[in-house]
Amino acid sequence: MTVPVTIRIQEADFDIAAEIAAMTKGRTDIGAVVSFSGICRGADDGDDVAALTLEHYPGMAEDEIGRHAAEAIKRWPVTGLTIVHRVGRMLPGDNIVLVLAASAHRQAAFSAAEFLMDYLKANAPFWKREERADGTRWVEAHDRDDAAAARWGKD
Amino acid sequence: MKVKYFAWVRERIGLEEETVEPPAEVATVSDLIGWLSARGEGYAFAFEKPAVIRTALDRTHARPDTPIAGAREIAFFPPMTGG
Repeated sequence: MTVPVTIRIQEADFDIAAEIAAMTKGRTDIGAVVSFSGICRGADDGDDVAALTLEHYPGMAEDEIGRHAAEAIKRWPVTGLTIVHRVGRMLPGDNIVLVLAASAHRQAAFSAAEFLMDYLKANAPFWKREERADGTRWVEAHDRDDAAAARWGKD
Repeated sequence: MKVKYFAWVRERIGLEEETVEPPAEVATVSDLIGWLSARGEGYAFAFEKPAVIRTALDRTHARPDTPIAGAREIAFFPPMTGG
């Protein structure tokens, strides 16, 4: 059976409960759904952040997330994946990204959700710019994010 | 070929995208970065640390030694910070 995959990049906020309901509607084979949300922080490295602006590479961002989803489906017996990534300006407390992974048993869903987030952070073409009291600056990539993606054993 | 720039690479060059026709000896991603760097101050600033720059060929991640022949769209951008 083809695993249903939903990938959306949007400016609008998302509703986690509605996304889970859409994923599980009419399904009796799903025994577990793991949900990860990334949320805009109000401070980074001790400095206040007033807002974030997310830029992306239209077309490639969807393609790249799709490649990660296909890889997750190869590695684990997942039965549904939803990835929603917001772009535009976000305030502290706002949702940024949602990953849902469904499976018959919980372990595949936990693993796939973690894998997708690690891969997305290191490889999906999105960039954050922070607004701080002293101006705006592009967020620098963290080596730890590359390391998190690398531990899954594929470049 | 169409070239696209994102985030601070876009800001430094001052363009979102452009069409370029590099000479035949510009064979790889790395060659193209060198060729573009010579186009002006903004380009030189954007590509001042080539090892930091990430590249996509036709919307797939590429490496400095990837050949560019046949590519329709090449994008240059900083390391990604989504999620």
